[in-house]
Amino acid sequence: MTDNRNHIIGKVDWPLLLIYFALALIGWFSVFSAKYDEMHPHIFDLSQVYGKQLLWIGASMFVAFLILLIDAKFFNAFAFWIYCIILFGLVAVLAYGTATKGATSWINLGGGMKLQPSEFAKLGTALAVANYLGRLNVDLGKRKTRIATYAIILLPMALVFLQNDTGSAIVFVSFLFVLYREGFPGSGLTMLLGVLAVVLFVLTLIWSQQTMYIIIAALFALTMTFHLIGKRRYWMRIVVIYSCMAAFVFSVHFAFFKVLQQHQRTRIEVMLGMKDDPHGAGYNLHQSKIAIGSGGLWGKGFLQGTQTKYDFVPEQHTDFIFCTVGEEGGFKGTFVVVLLYVALLVRIVTLAERQRSAFSRIYGYAIAGIFFVHFAINIGMTIGLVPVIGIPLPFLSYGGSSLLAFTIMLAIFVKQDANRLNIL
Amino acid sequence: MQFNSKVLSGRRNVIITIFVLVGLVFVVRLFTLQVTDQHYKQLADNNALRFITQYPARGMVFDRNGKLMVYNEAVYDLLVVPRQVKAMDTLEFCNLIKISKETFIEKLEKAKTYSKVKASPFVSQISKEDYAKTSEVLFKFPGFYFQTRTIRHYPSSIAAHTLGDIGEVDQKQIDEDPYYALGDYIGKSGIEKSYETDLRGIKGLKVVMVDVHNREMGSFREGELDKDPQAGRDIYLGLDADLQAYGEKLMQGKIGSIVAIEPATGQILAFVSSPTYDPNLLVGRERGKNFNNLLKDPMKPLINRAVNGTYPPGSTFKMVIGLIALESGSITPGTIFHCNGPGTLPIKCTHHHGGSPDLANAIENSCNPYFYEAFKATINNSKFGDIKKGYDYWHDMTYKMGLGHKFDTDIPYEQNGNIPSRSYYDKFYNKRWNSLTIRSLGIGQGEVLITPLQLANIAATIANEGFYYPPHLIRAFGDSTAIPDNMRQRMETGIAQKHFKVIKNGMRNVVEGAHGTARRYKIDSISAGGKTGTAQNPHGKDHSIFIAFAPVENPQIAISVIIENGGFGATWAVPIASLMLEKYIRGFTKRPELEQRMMEGVVTYKEER
Ligand SMILES: [Zn+2]
Repeated sequence: MTDNRNHIIGKVDWPLLLIYFALALIGWFSVFSAKYDEMHPHIFDLSQVYGKQLLWIGASMFVAFLILLIDAKFFNAFAFWIYCIILFGLVAVLAYGTATKGATSWINLGGGMKLQPSEFAKLGTALAVANYLGRLNVDLGKRKTRIATYAIILLPMALVFLQNDTGSAIVFVSFLFVLYREGFPGSGLTMLLGVLAVVLFVLTLIWSQQTMYIIIAALFALTMTFHLIGKRRYWMRIVVIYSCMAAFVFSVHFAFFKVLQQHQRTRIEVMLGMKDDPHGAGYNLHQSKIAIGSGGLWGKGFLQGTQTKYDFVPEQHTDFIFCTVGEEGGFKGTFVVVLLYVALLVRIVTLAERQRSAFSRIYGYAIAGIFFVHFAINIGMTIGLVPVIGIPLPFLSYGGSSLLAFTIMLAIFVKQDANRLNIL
Repeated sequence: MQFNSKVLSGRRNVIITIFVLVGLVFVVRLFTLQVTDQHYKQLADNNALRFITQYPARGMVFDRNGKLMVYNEAVYDLLVVPRQVKAMDTLEFCNLIKISKETFIEKLEKAKTYSKVKASPFVSQISKEDYAKTSEVLFKFPGFYFQTRTIRHYPSSIAAHTLGDIGEVDQKQIDEDPYYALGDYIGKSGIEKSYETDLRGIKGLKVVMVDVHNREMGSFREGELDKDPQAGRDIYLGLDADLQAYGEKLMQGKIGSIVAIEPATGQILAFVSSPTYDPNLLVGRERGKNFNNLLKDPMKPLINRAVNGTYPPGSTFKMVIGLIALESGSITPGTIFHCNGPGTLPIKCTHHHGGSPDLANAIENSCNPYFYEAFKATINNSKFGDIKKGYDYWHDMTYKMGLGHKFDTDIPYEQNGNIPSRSYYDKFYNKRWNSLTIRSLGIGQGEVLITPLQLANIAATIANEGFYYPPHLIRAFGDSTAIPDNMRQRMETGIAQKHFKVIKNGMRNVVEGAHGTARRYKIDSISAGGKTGTAQNPHGKDHSIFIAFAPVENPQIAISVIIENGGFGATWAVPIASLMLEKYIRGFTKRPELEQRMMEGVVTYKEER
């Protein structure tokens, strides 16, 4: 066992772990600064969130250390069971959970401890997908395989969605990266269509439904003209594609005005710049941009932020933690954080490619996708590029469940990577 | 569609490109947001918050007839948030609020030590004129702002000890109760102290946004964090403002106290401690200076002698002795003890009333030997077994009559007084003591000490024939909240009502009888019962004491008057009490000459050593 442990220390990917430590440290100091209270000026004060965050960092690292000691095969072998337990947890939350900020996603463990199973659902799904697609006999060409894979992803996603935790549900879209990398039929097209859908969605809302129909009709006429000049006759396909686009525009319009609730609608409107509303729904975004924008090149200095200190920015120690980084650290700080994340993502993908086992590779891509979506949505929303969707910034945001879940995700991958040479 | 592994592996580049691209978009966006765009820096400057405490109106105080005794006046405090202070014309500022530059620096440093981001008081209670001048140009001085609040005002300048005062909280009070913050006011004495939580109300909060020009830009998050203040409760006192003012006039030039109680309720009708002071002195910016002057005054006007002074009750204690003797069956109203005038042993009589008095006679003539004998008969009563048990019984009974302990109602700084316990004597006389050793107790001298409030309560208990309500100041809250239970609880003395008849008769004779020590001050057409006393004072002339109640048939007022160094009870205490009773019952007095003589009379305080 001692022998094994020494091996592990030498084999783990230190660049990855150093990025992790750096982010966790920046997170702890940012939480401290965001919640700084003159009555409790000590960063180790356990009665305050920053003291608690330190406890969570300690607990997460301890768990990560344990994971490094466990046999690497364990996670592949038990992936399915872990997935099932987490599904069970999600169902339990729906039945017994407590609601916070409109989302019923917490389970009370008693003694002030709360757990958010949705944070662990991503981990379980990543394991299950890696396990399933990593099997030697799996054949992506079969319809059954594809259906099973989608089911593994969509089941927890639906349960999280039912908890009213839309943000966390959206994160499951990140599995498209895995499917794309593994050559899942249609996944590249799906991503392409996704981009097209987003563009159509945005344009439908910014311009109007009618304008969109006119544009589609014009484009259709144009394409048909070129098409008729050309040699190959695909007119049937062209008709189908444009009909789909028109139908999509119609359903977006319908969904936006008939299905979405008012507050969701305003959020999207404000995000798209259709409404300028610094005091209502756009308040968070407005204040968030002021906090980050006022940081300047070098920032105001540690604990010197005025915007985040005064609670102008709501949720500033959780979802809006990036504001504290931006205000106190300035562009220098935000640049470093963005750089660290991109480095983390690239490193994970690079490591994933050098894995011998399909399980490890697929798992690596899965967590890279998850981290990426969190990173893109969270920072994107604080600087007004993405609608305000409440999901945490991995390793930085205050919150025990998310920190622990993200740490475990990373630790399992580091363990797989350290063990890669043992796989034949 | 199947791809070979090389193609799939190449897809990593697509994915990495997406990651890097998003990172790049963020960096570019952040650069424009943070470095090139100055707009947000200006917005941040305009984003200062100001937490304005909304002080509730402190509850007003009325007398028993609805006459206003305490109300509020608006004053302005200048506050500062050190972090929001920018470079400014300090000299102009100092001239406006009339402080020196050194004081300015000192105050700013003090504020910084308290908190850089929280507001702290800079200059308190600025006059209306200075406020008007300063607020016009306040936009030049970011970080400073005004806050309105109220201070107390006392229209009739009476009842200083009862009403009490308010002052800034000290650090200890802030630590003990998180409600208070630096610069808040709290009741320091009187009912301001006892009813602090009722009177103060609940502070509110208003959060407003302030721009760089120190202008308020409207409420923050649409007033989501704002809280309206809740006004304090008004209080109606049992005090009769006219009677109180009258009592204070009568006590001019004298040291001592008057306590008048409504027997049926225990409400205090008049609460005079002399010398007194104008309560308006302890208000406003001069408060500190005035307070120190009062503190240094050798006459100690700040002390409420009605509860803080303790005196030997002298002959006024005779009713207590007589009642306990009756209740224990040690004497009957007809019991006769021999009196030989000043030659009586072991305690001499101070009067020549001739013959052997019964109880009522003994009270009328204030016969010392009688009450010594009655006291002795009580503690030596064979039914108790021995004198120790007899003494315990007697001690218990005095306790039930409200002596030797505080009432703990709403009167701050009460004293216990003293009725010596058996263990005290055991210790003092090494367990060898008897009725002779402690004979001075029987005539209200020696170790026994009583506060004027307890003395008035004895008068009320006799008027009620056996019970009392703990004396208190409040009559009702303005919002009809019930007053605390302990003030409405009838306290039984355990002495049967029948025993009070003879005591009352004796007391009536004191005022109306041929030999009564107070007969010169009988009130026309109003019956009264009373008892004079002279408390021995080792430091000088004896204290003059009188307790009384009126009318005898249906007592509406019970009173105790103590004039320090006033000599015999009849000299000062009796006429003053008599005028008070008449004033309260009749509403005016028919004896203007006496009134004038009492008001102008000066009892000088001479310390003889
Ligand atoms: Zn006598």
